[in-house]
Amino acid sequence: MEAFTTHTGIGVPLRQSNVDTDQIIPAVYLKRITRTGFEDALFAAWRKDESFILNQAPFNAGSVLVAGPDFGTGSSREHAVWALKDYGFKAVLSSRFADIFRGNSGKQGLLAAQVAQDDIELIWKVLENHPGTEIKVDLVSKTVECGNVVAPFEIDDYTRWRLLEGLDDIGLTLQHEEDITAYEATRPSFKPKTLPAKVDAL
Amino acid sequence: MGKTLAEKVWDAHVVRKGEGEGANAQPDLLFIDLHLVHEVTSPQAFEGLRLAGRPLRRVDLTIATEDHNTPTLDIDKPIADLTSRTQIETLRANCKEFGVRLHSLGDKEQGIVHVVGPQLGLTQPGMTVVCGDSHTSTHGAFGALAMGIGTSEVEHVMATQTLSLKPFKTMAINVEGTLRPGVTAKDIILAVIAKIGTGGGQGYVLEYRGSAIRALSMDARMTICNMSIEAGARAGMVAPDQTTYDYMQGRPHAPEGADWDAAVEYWNTLNTDADATFDVEVDLDADALEPFVTWGTNPGQGVSLSAKVPSPEDFGDENAKAAAERALQYMGLEAGTPMKDIRVDTVFLGSCTNSRIEDLRAAADIIRGREKDPNIRMLVVPGSARVRLEAEAEGLDKVFKDFGAEWRFAGCSMCLGMNPDQLEPGERCASTSNRNFEGRQGKGGRTHLVSPVVAAATAVRGTLSSPSDLESAATGTLTGIAV
Repeated sequence: MEAFTTHTGIGVPLRQSNVDTDQIIPAVYLKRITRTGFEDALFAAWRKDESFILNQAPFNAGSVLVAGPDFGTGSSREHAVWALKDYGFKAVLSSRFADIFRGNSGKQGLLAAQVAQDDIELIWKVLENHPGTEIKVDLVSKTVECGNVVAPFEIDDYTRWRLLEGLDDIGLTLQHEEDITAYEATRPSFKPKTLPAKVDAL
Repeated sequence: MGKTLAEKVWDAHVVRKGEGEGANAQPDLLFIDLHLVHEVTSPQAFEGLRLAGRPLRRVDLTIATEDHNTPTLDIDKPIADLTSRTQIETLRANCKEFGVRLHSLGDKEQGIVHVVGPQLGLTQPGMTVVCGDSHTSTHGAFGALAMGIGTSEVEHVMATQTLSLKPFKTMAINVEGTLRPGVTAKDIILAVIAKIGTGGGQGYVLEYRGSAIRALSMDARMTICNMSIEAGARAGMVAPDQTTYDYMQGRPHAPEGADWDAAVEYWNTLNTDADATFDVEVDLDADALEPFVTWGTNPGQGVSLSAKVPSPEDFGDENAKAAAERALQYMGLEAGTPMKDIRVDTVFLGSCTNSRIEDLRAAADIIRGREKDPNIRMLVVPGSARVRLEAEAEGLDKVFKDFGAEWRFAGCSMCLGMNPDQLEPGERCASTSNRNFEGRQGKGGRTHLVSPVVAAATAVRGTLSSPSDLESAATGTLTGIAV
C-alpha cells in the first residue's frame, strides 16, 4: 500500500446523506474479477444525470469528496473503495462513515476523514461558491483546509499509523504466526470443521 | 463486573491482545472459526494470495457456495450472462486450486451463503463467523459473533485465519411483550431500524433480548440479526437457548455424542451476565407493534403499514428532510397517501432475510385457497436448494404455483439483481429482502421492504396489505404464522 501523508486536490461537494455502496457502485459492476478498472462504475446511475456533480467541470477532476452523514452504508463491497480510488479520489470527508466502508478504505489507502457536520457545511459553501477550490488533507496534523476553513478530523490511531507507513496488513499479522498456531492448538474438539464434508451432495 | 454475550465471544477468540489502552489501543487479533465464501467478493482475494505465494491457511474452516450471480431458471444450462459465468467459473477454479469445499449450482447444498451455513450446522453458538458479505450478521442468531468484511479482509482471513479488530461498543435491543398475529420478526427489525436510524448501530454489536425475542424461532431470529447491518451495526446477536439447541441437533456438522454435551455446557455460558452493562439500551414494545413497511430509499425510512406516507416537513433534521424529499421523488409517492393505497407490480419472496422454510410456510398459509391479483407478478425464490426440496416435500411449491407465483431455484436473485431477476425502471415491488436503496433491485426499480406475510397479502390484494386486511372467508388461517 502506498503511504499517505498529505494530499491537496479539488474538493467535490456531495450534499447527500446515506450514500450507500449500491449508489457508489451498482451491483452489476461487481461481476468483474479484477481489482482495478472500476472508474467507469463510480456513481454509475447518478452519472447518467447531466446535472450530477461529477459531470460538471471542475468537479469532474476532483480528488477529495465531501459527503453528508452516513457515507458508505449497506453492502460490504470493497469495490466501492476501488471505484472511488480508480476515479482519482484520495480522501472522503463525512461526519459519519459506515463501519465496513471505513475499514475497507483503511485497507486500500483511501483516507476516510471524519469531519464534524458543521465544518462539512462550511466546506460545502466554499466549494459551491468557489468551484475548483482545493482541499488540503493533512494526515500528520489531522486537519483539512479548504479556503478559509480549517477543520480537524478524526481517524483512529492505528489506521492513521498504517496509512502513514503504507503497511500491508497480512504481513503485519503473519509476524505473529506463532500466536495463531498456539491459539489453534487450544480450540475445543466440538467446534465444527467444513472438511471432511458430512453431506453426500457433492 | 460481568460481561455481555458479545464480550464473552470476543474474549474467547483473542489470539493476541492489541497494545495500549482505550482510544489509542491497537486492534486485537481475533481467531475466525468459520469463513464463508461466495463468487462476488472472493476473486480478488484469491488472486492476492496467488500473487504473494501464500496458501489458504485453514481450508477446513472455509466453505464456498454460489449465490449472488446464479440464475433461478434453467440452472442446468450454461449461465447466459458471460461476466456472471466468468465469475462463477473463477470461483470454481479458485476453490479447486486452493482446496476449498464448494457447493455449486445444481448441488443439493447450494444456496445463499447465510442460509447454507446454519442449515449445515456449521454456524454454532460462540463462534466467530465472517464472510465478504454484510449480511453475515445473520449468523448472530445463534449467539455467534458474525460480521461482514471487505475483500482485503477476506484475503487476510484466507492467509491468517484471523482479523485485526478494535473492540465494539455494545447495545441492547430489548423487545418485551407478545407479537400480535400477522406481526413478525421482520416487523421488529424494521421498527428497530426506523427507531435508531441507519447509522444508529455504527460501532456497536447489537444484542436482541427480551421475551419477544426468546419466543422467536431460529428462522425468525436470523431475519432480525440479518438486518443489523441496516441499522449500521456490523453484528447482531441473540443468546443461545433451548430453541437454538433444538435447531442444531442432528444437523450434518453439529457436534455428536460427548462433543455435543461439551458444546452445550459451553453454550450455556453464552449469555450476558446479570451485572454486565451495555453502552446503550433501546426498548421496543412488541405488544404495540404492527406490520411495518418502508416508504423511502433507505431501510430506516419505514412506517406502520396502517400509516401514511410521511412528508419531508415531518423531519426536523435538514439532512433527513432533504433525504425524504429525494426518496419520495424517486419512489413516485406523495406525502399523505395511505401506505395501503400503494399499488405494487411485483412481489418478491426471497433473500437471506426471508427465504427460509418458515418464511415460505407463512406466506403459503396466507395465499392458500386465495387468488392472486391478476396484475401482480410474484417470484418465490427459496434461500437454498435444501429449502426448495423441503418446501416441495410439503407441497408448498404447488400452493405457490396454483396461486400463480413463479417457483424458482435458490439464490440471492432479485434482492440485488445480479442475475436476470430485476425490476424494470419505475416498477414497484413489495420485497421481503433487506435493502430499498435506489436501483438495488434493478435500475429505476422501487422497493418496499415487507415481511413474508405482508408480501403474500399484497399479492392477493394488489396493494400493500396486511394479512388482517384479507377477508376471513377464505381457507387461509392466521394460526401457525411464523413470527
